[in-house]
Amino acid sequence: MPRRTDIASVLVIGSGPIVIGQACEFDYSGTQACRVLRAEGLRVVLVNSNPATIMTDPDIADATYVEPITAEFVERVIEIERPDALLATLGGQMALNTAVALHERGILDKYGVELIGASIDAIQRGENRESFKRIVSEIGGQAARSAICHTLDECFAAAEDLGYPVVVRPSFTMGGAGSGMAHDADELRRIAGSGLAASPTTEVLLEESILGWKEYELEVMRDRADNVVVVCSIENVDPMGVHTGDSVTVAPAMTLTDREYQRMRDLAIAVIRAVGVDTGGCNIQFAVDPASGRMIIIEMNPRVSRSSALASKATGFPIAKIAAKVALGYTLDEIPNDITTREGSAPANPRSWTPAAFEPTLDYVVVKAPRFAFEKFPMADQRLTTHMKSVGEAMAIGRNFTEALQKAMRSLEKPSAVFDFTSDPGDREELLERIRTPYDGRMGDVVLALRAGADVAEVSAATGIDPWFVDQMLLLTEVAVDIGGADALTPELLRRAKRHGFSDRQLAALRGLTEDVARGVRHAVGVRPVYKTVDTCAAEFAARTPYHYSSYDEESEIALRSRPAVIILGSGPNRIGQGIEFDYSCVHAAMALGEAGFETVMVNCNPETVSTDYDTSARLYFEPLTLEDVLEVVYAEQRAGPVAGVIVQLGGQTPLGLAQALSDAGVPIVGTTPEAIHLAEERGAFGRVLGEAGLPAPKHGTATSFGQAQKIAADIGYPVLVRPSYVLGGRGMEIVYDEAALRDYIGRATEASPEHPVLVDRFLDDAVELDVDAVVDADGELYLGGVMEHIEEAGIHSGDSACALPPITLGREQIEEIRAATEAIARGVGVRGLLNVQYALAGDMLYVLEANPRASRTAPFVSKATGVQLAKAAARVMLGSSITELRAEGLLPPGDFVDLPPDWPVSVKEAVMPFNRFRLPDGRTVDMLLGPEMRSTGEVMGIDHLFGVAFAKSQAAAFGTLPTSGKVFVSLANSDKRHMIFPVKRLADLGFSIVATSGTAEVLRRHGVAAEVVKKLWTGHEDDGSPNIVTRILDGDIALIVNTPTGTTSGGSPRNDGYEIRRAAITANIACITTVQGLAAAVQGIEALRRGDIGVRSLQSWAEAWTR
Amino acid sequence: MSALLVLEDGRTFRGESFGAAGETFGEAVFATGMTGYQETLTDPSYHRQVVVQTAPHIGNTGVNGEDPESSRIWACGYVVRDPARRVSSWRATGGLADELVRYGVVGISGIDTRALTRHLRERGAMRAGISTTEDDPVALRERVLASPRMEGANLVDAVTTSEPYVVPAEGERRFSVVALDLGIKTMTPRRLAERGIETHVLPASASLDDVLAVRPDGLFFSNGPGDPATADPQVELLKGALERGLPFFGICFGNQLFGRALGFGTYKLGYGHRGINQPVQDLSTGKVEVTAHNHGFAIQWSTAVPPFEPVGTRYGRAAVSHICLNDDVVEGIELRGADGSLRAFSVQYHPEAAAGPHDAAYLFDRFVNLMSATEGR
Ligand SMILES: Nc1ncnc2c1ncn2[C@@H]1O[C@H](COP(=O)(O)OP(=O)(O)O)[C@@H](O)[C@H]1O
Ligand SMILES: Nc1ncnc2c1ncn2[C@@H]1O[C@H](COP(=O)(O)OP(=O)(O)O)[C@@H](O)[C@H]1O
Ligand SMILES: [Mg+2]
Ligand SMILES: [Mg+2]
Repeated sequence: MPRRTDIASVLVIGSGPIVIGQACEFDYSGTQACRVLRAEGLRVVLVNSNPATIMTDPDIADATYVEPITAEFVERVIEIERPDALLATLGGQMALNTAVALHERGILDKYGVELIGASIDAIQRGENRESFKRIVSEIGGQAARSAICHTLDECFAAAEDLGYPVVVRPSFTMGGAGSGMAHDADELRRIAGSGLAASPTTEVLLEESILGWKEYELEVMRDRADNVVVVCSIENVDPMGVHTGDSVTVAPAMTLTDREYQRMRDLAIAVIRAVGVDTGGCNIQFAVDPASGRMIIIEMNPRVSRSSALASKATGFPIAKIAAKVALGYTLDEIPNDITTREGSAPANPRSWTPAAFEPTLDYVVVKAPRFAFEKFPMADQRLTTHMKSVGEAMAIGRNFTEALQKAMRSLEKPSAVFDFTSDPGDREELLERIRTPYDGRMGDVVLALRAGADVAEVSAATGIDPWFVDQMLLLTEVAVDIGGADALTPELLRRAKRHGFSDRQLAALRGLTEDVARGVRHAVGVRPVYKTVDTCAAEFAARTPYHYSSYDEESEIALRSRPAVIILGSGPNRIGQGIEFDYSCVHAAMALGEAGFETVMVNCNPETVSTDYDTSARLYFEPLTLEDVLEVVYAEQRAGPVAGVIVQLGGQTPLGLAQALSDAGVPIVGTTPEAIHLAEERGAFGRVLGEAGLPAPKHGTATSFGQAQKIAADIGYPVLVRPSYVLGGRGMEIVYDEAALRDYIGRATEASPEHPVLVDRFLDDAVELDVDAVVDADGELYLGGVMEHIEEAGIHSGDSACALPPITLGREQIEEIRAATEAIARGVGVRGLLNVQYALAGDMLYVLEANPRASRTAPFVSKATGVQLAKAAARVMLGSSITELRAEGLLPPGDFVDLPPDWPVSVKEAVMPFNRFRLPDGRTVDMLLGPEMRSTGEVMGIDHLFGVAFAKSQAAAFGTLPTSGKVFVSLANSDKRHMIFPVKRLADLGFSIVATSGTAEVLRRHGVAAEVVKKLWTGHEDDGSPNIVTRILDGDIALIVNTPTGTTSGGSPRNDGYEIRRAAITANIACITTVQGLAAAVQGIEALRRGDIGVRSLQSWAEAWTR
Repeated sequence: MSALLVLEDGRTFRGESFGAAGETFGEAVFATGMTGYQETLTDPSYHRQVVVQTAPHIGNTGVNGEDPESSRIWACGYVVRDPARRVSSWRATGGLADELVRYGVVGISGIDTRALTRHLRERGAMRAGISTTEDDPVALRERVLASPRMEGANLVDAVTTSEPYVVPAEGERRFSVVALDLGIKTMTPRRLAERGIETHVLPASASLDDVLAVRPDGLFFSNGPGDPATADPQVELLKGALERGLPFFGICFGNQLFGRALGFGTYKLGYGHRGINQPVQDLSTGKVEVTAHNHGFAIQWSTAVPPFEPVGTRYGRAAVSHICLNDDVVEGIELRGADGSLRAFSVQYHPEAAAGPHDAAYLFDRFVNLMSATEGR
């Protein structure tokens, strides 16, 4: 069936900010979809609030709305654009829920917009756990015994019936939000309570626990002629009870016979048919009882998912792309498989392609491992449950499980994730006890337990991990023993170790060598990896797409080439502080350099990203970003043809950290040299650069002991900011107000970073923080990309604070001063490429906080806000182009940020925090206060002529629309009270009623603002029996909360003062403002909302106005 | 123990012994299924073939008594990358290596199976030898070159049953069918039985009279090994049956023989189709089914490329009913009477699956319908 001709324009909804459970995989899928739709000649209208995405690049869609993904805003877009159809299955749960909301409000009907991909009915059937269970039994499958509950009382009754433990799962959520395992009535009250709140339909499902069963997923694809294929099977190494997003998973399934697999396949196909997903991809999850083979269907997602991104990367079958095509009416047999050309065995061969109507078959093993960020939430419960907690993932490919597993572990870039074969494993019994509950790092402890003498059966019984996997880990320990005990590292032994994924570093540790020496020995005897190809078909057909992975096998498949290659190092697994923004820059470099005639080579191990799409670069190496793995790729590419150089400055700290070692190994680094990078990163050297340029920095010192730190702090005066050196995302950074806190900190921080000393800085109070992004060419010419003014004061990590561009309170003179300072830093450091500088404006003094000679988190935001592709320009500069040349080409505009017209629209970036995902062991949520350590996972952008409107949009996109009426609860630290009077009074004037704690109320009263007084830390009820403030927040009586903290943090423990209030805000999902500046901005936003003049406008439409 | 694999063109791989010690020769072919190694090994169509598994981990679920497709392992050699050290399945009764030893199957592990597969893809399936006793590739290659080729090989007699036997219908018996055992898989009579068919499995040497003596409602030709060009007696038998209007259904080798009975030739594919992910299109509905394949030969239609026009034969109009979407190989043919009704049909692939997806199971229903329609005529 050819594609439908009755659709001329399609609205695509993205997934918004990166949050836990919904990350850049939806940029990958959405970008693919938009490209497909456009290639089909359709007008593509896109709504996505996330500026760091490739999909919101103005050339991906015809009309790109960087606007909040709420029914209200999307309706406005529909009103303007009048699309024929809406495709909502590629933007995660966010898009799906928005589509349902649009339908329920009658908006789709009103404007005649047809939902394509999955119908409302299908979405309801698949997502509503009750109706889904019915379908499962209708098709002859089994679901876990369960009960649907809408109130807590129903929950208790049901739990009695099912027997504890029970699993609580809300409808219409993803990533296990609001779900959990309740072992008793107390836990049930807590988990089901938040589950009911998390579900848009106040509905939770209680289910019999099938903890410890084997867990599987199938990725299924259907077209409108009812052709169905299973793209990939995924087996979870961690059994049922650990969310698939938090599990180590393997593709293809390793421990199923064909009978069981086919049974699963039959059920999956029956499910997709019965649910009625007409076209597109689905994810269906299964549990299998390892003792009897009883099979249970857990759930289905009628949309592309994180797992489908993984499956696409694991197989080479681009699920989102194909899903978009089948949504347009193509059938699978009409869609070519990009990867293979046809070399049929038929006598004569009229076709040159094989179709997408097939099931990929793998001749390798893929392992995905989750990356957690518990170090950012030290108080959080670190046990893994049905509720997803990981912030990113790494994928690795090997020719066998052990190779893939060890590669995946080192791809995580967490030294502790790499299996330890050398240190004392510890006590067998203790280890066996510990691994009973799942946690980050359990795999490593499984290896230790085996080393400590536990046998496969014992480990398997303790963990529920299938004995086959445990045996594979036992195999690793055996190989390790052989390596450690051998007389010499023979080529045979090396080859054996390498085939099981041992890194040079692991070998070195086992042999008491340095990594370099181990590598030297290996190279001397000629043991090198070969590169195989991901080809969807296990080599049955020739592959056209150079998508490679390393393996210690015999034959390499790297093609020779004549064009010079540029190797771009990606950013590895997403983590807090290093996420999609860096991938964005890498992808842009690939685009720009490809256009400029280079053969682009991408190295990365993050399956969620656009950079690891096989057609982003000329060649893709799905490899860990360690020195060893990168050196081998460089070596292989140098043998394939000329290599112009390696780009290390776009993937964040990961590749930057490799720069010096790569350069020492003779690898050409393009752009800013490793020596220059060092100048910017090393405190002393950077201090000298600033000194020569006559630029002030906050007073600081570097301490290698507590005594030293104590002295420095005393010299420069408290409060001080302390941190380990060489970190990203403010890792381990704290504001310290006195010596005791300093002592406490040093104790913890040196543990966090043994090789690096601690930096102590004067903390600038009440300073305005500025972020600057620029591109600098070889002649030192600087293109000022953007200056952003933070809403929150310095002290709140730049990644967590909201910011505005152009700066809302700076004049041209100040911007010129900033430009000059940035230029001086660029010259002093010797930057060639991107430069990010953070300044603090305290009084009239411009302090330099830090300079990062690399792509920044803000580069994509600046690009969206100014319409200039900074990362593309930087990539070209690194390969020798000058700013002047790029201006002539049109890649850069004349002038730069300084020359922006005064009526330039204001873009506001807001950070999105994951607080609702993390709980203390007692079940309460972690505190939501901001600080110098970054903890946000994603960002959104709002754009308008007026700051207030842009800010309101950013809030709507990040947290939900700001309230325009109702009660505001205000509770302030003393130091903040004077700054707050005006904005709170303004809220009262706007008609809000004010509720305040006594001190705050008194100050307000003196300024003519009447406030209802409540007690603050009162739990239970007020004296007269009325509910206290926490209860009122939980009951939804309060529309907005303003709470600034008092006291100091220590060790990341919650500050008790307002903690209960902020916690209630998280639970009840009510806007909570914790800074003075945030409130001022919010008031402007609320005023804009009240005026009702919030419109939507596409980036393309803004750009027309932007032609300077 | 180390092992050596040498192909007839001299390409050599060194690895570890897997299964029995000794030496073996056969046609090297690669199979791309990720599950179902036990079904593969016991499929009689693999007789005299050295099977290369592209999936790296083989043996993870061990072996059990339920999954074999015949009474023994038929593949004569086995090539894998990473054999399982430990078995994990609630149905497993033993390990694969022991099973290979039990049937004396010589195998090799630890070699670059992808390199070998690419080689076979580029150069075509060819003879190979695996040895745990010979260390000299040159010497082994000489013996490979001396071993028989697949072209012109008549292997049916080696795999067929010596005695007729009956597989009863499940539930009420609706039809009885004669299945000529050319290397039949266990699952096939089971699929027939599920549909109320009693299956009389006869040896490949059975005559038309033997068949008719059963008074069957239909005739079935199974899959099997070897070159279809050598199976003249069975082709003659089929011609007789068609002459009498006996409903016919054939699978794989049976499909090739049906093609020959209708007057078409067969040819050897470069490297064949062996896997469980092959897209086949039913030309009458346009629908795609994902199917299990195991064939090195195919029917040569009157034209080399699609569209394959129908051809008149003495039994009726023959048409191509299914093609493989990867390479347009003819995957199914059918015969219709003057009134346009279906009389006989066959497919080149495996609707009984085992191993493989069940998408094509409807073909057994088609056979039932064909017999019902014939009964009514
Ligand atoms: N009945 C159950 N018993 C034990 N664990 C379960 C049960 N149901 C689900 N889980 C676990 O919880 C995880 C999340 O559940 P799932 O239904 O997939 O929700 P989500 O929509 O968040 O993916 C699963 O991956 C599985 O490991
Ligand atoms: N001297 C200082 N005074 C006040 N705030 C500071 C100071 N130095 C850093 N900060 C705050 O800490 C945050 C993180 O510091 P920064 O040096 O940018 O580290 P990172 O490398 O993690 O980005 C900054 O965004 C800023 O808000
Ligand atoms: Mg799930
Ligand atoms: Mg910073």
